[in-house]
Amino acid sequence: MRRLRAAAVPYLLILPGGLWLVIFFVIPLIALISLSTQQGDIVDGFTQTFHFANYATAWSNYHQQFLRSLLYGGLATILCIVLAYPMAYWIAFRGGARKSMYLFLILLPFFVSFVLRTVSWQYILGDNGLVLGPLKSAGIFPQGFRVLATGTAVIGGLTYNYLPFMVLPVYVALERIDFRLVEAAQDLYASRAVAFRRVVLPLSLPGLFAGVLLTFVPVAADYVNASLLGGTSNTMVGNIIQDEFLNVQDYPTGSALSFMLMALLLVGMFSYARALGTEEVLEVAAR
Amino acid sequence: MTTLSSTERPPGASGSPAGSGGPARRGRRRLGDRLLFAYTWAVIIWLALPIGVMIAFSFNNPHGRYNFTWTGFTLKWYGPHLFDYPSLTTAIGNSLIVAASATTGAVILGTLVGLALGKYRFRGLGTANLVQFAAIAAPEIVLASSLLSFFVTLRVPLGLPTIIVAHIMFCLSFVAVTVRARVLTLDRSLEEAARDLGAGAWTTFRLVTLPLIFPGVLAGALLAFAISVDDFVVTSFVAGSQQTFPLWIWSATRNGLPPQVDVLGTLIFVGGLLLVSAATLIGRRRPA
Repeated sequence: MRRLRAAAVPYLLILPGGLWLVIFFVIPLIALISLSTQQGDIVDGFTQTFHFANYATAWSNYHQQFLRSLLYGGLATILCIVLAYPMAYWIAFRGGARKSMYLFLILLPFFVSFVLRTVSWQYILGDNGLVLGPLKSAGIFPQGFRVLATGTAVIGGLTYNYLPFMVLPVYVALERIDFRLVEAAQDLYASRAVAFRRVVLPLSLPGLFAGVLLTFVPVAADYVNASLLGGTSNTMVGNIIQDEFLNVQDYPTGSALSFMLMALLLVGMFSYARALGTEEVLEVAAR
Repeated sequence: MTTLSSTERPPGASGSPAGSGGPARRGRRRLGDRLLFAYTWAVIIWLALPIGVMIAFSFNNPHGRYNFTWTGFTLKWYGPHLFDYPSLTTAIGNSLIVAASATTGAVILGTLVGLALGKYRFRGLGTANLVQFAAIAAPEIVLASSLLSFFVTLRVPLGLPTIIVAHIMFCLSFVAVTVRARVLTLDRSLEEAARDLGAGAWTTFRLVTLPLIFPGVLAGALLAFAISVDDFVVTSFVAGSQQTFPLWIWSATRNGLPPQVDVLGTLIFVGGLLLVSAATLIGRRRPA
């Protein structure tokens, strides 16, 4: 009896939270999938007709936004790597006693609301805003020059908002590296470049890998940056989903797009993890 | 080559990294370090730039709602004028109600889940971890559109309760992850000692386990509060006609953001910094 009760303990602990996740995460996902093949409208209600054509229609109408999301997501992720790696490297190997101060500074943006931060960029990049205004009156840029409402502004905003998600995992991976390995490589006549390429880089790949997952998925699904910084001609798939759900109230189309986005990102994530499985990467690099 | 020991190396070819090579090499190394140092600070300044703009414009004195250009210094928004927009005041109140309720719910449920995942091995552990990972990794807009589909299908009226329920859902996994990490560092023998000394399961939990995992619970609570108070995507889908602070900002962008938003943003920024510093101090007082 006592042993039975002991065996039940983990289940009892997990039950309330688990139920919550099932009711408000798993079942809603099923509701989304179900809604994606329904027909009808918001006034008369939707009925399940297994109308898979919703997917084809959604894709043919909005594949452009889909592809743009992947493109922007990819570019912003690459920019995040370029910005994050050198700084994570410097903090991990040269940060000394101030490591945690630097990490804290990188997390500062999280103390300001995400929407407000992005609106702040809208002000900074505005056509006659804080940066372009003075530059234009000084004649450095022509009056018609703009950054706001371009793809560049969207990618910049995405990079800005998600950079900390790249810095932290890369930093953690670099910080764990035993610097004596680098010394050993140099003792064996590896130049600094070779020591970096064959010792530091391979050992930091798991962090880089995690960073890519942490940035690419939310970036590709983001719509706040595209809305606030991209004007009307640089919309991403998130903008369409938001519009279908909150304005048009065409829930089936919105659901179909949402499910496609999730499926695409999940398949992408898993094939990425497969193709770049951490051990295999290490093996390749060791050769 | 590989058998060459360090004593046999030709002079000047290697050594410890700090002293490797001749002066030229050392100079290049120092230059590289300096460049990286400057680069790191440049990125940090870029990260802080919008925060600086927000704080600066909270002291601006614009004519009307358009707080775009600098028109003079004032402290007046830090007074009673802060509440000039009743809908903004309501939105801030809603944000605090939602964050407080969601944090409470998520901490209770998440701590229990974290304990289960960290302390026990049981059938279904893999599934539990998977669901939790999926809830954290799924793009927010998917969570948002699923929840709205769910509420629409069941004809649940949207409002603060649906926001709170949704926030508990996505905060709970973050609390569980932080608590689990802390539970994994627990020294089991302390609990066993308490039991040996005659403490019951509940007493052991209250007097030994809970104090030991408290820093994890506190970190999880702060994380949950921060995520909840700042959430935009899920909230905007399940809010119905209610507004929270981020939603108010979003809907106001078209008409220009009044300086009150910058003041509130600045106050939240400073409050958050103080809160985290206090939590760090508490965490330091209770070493792992």
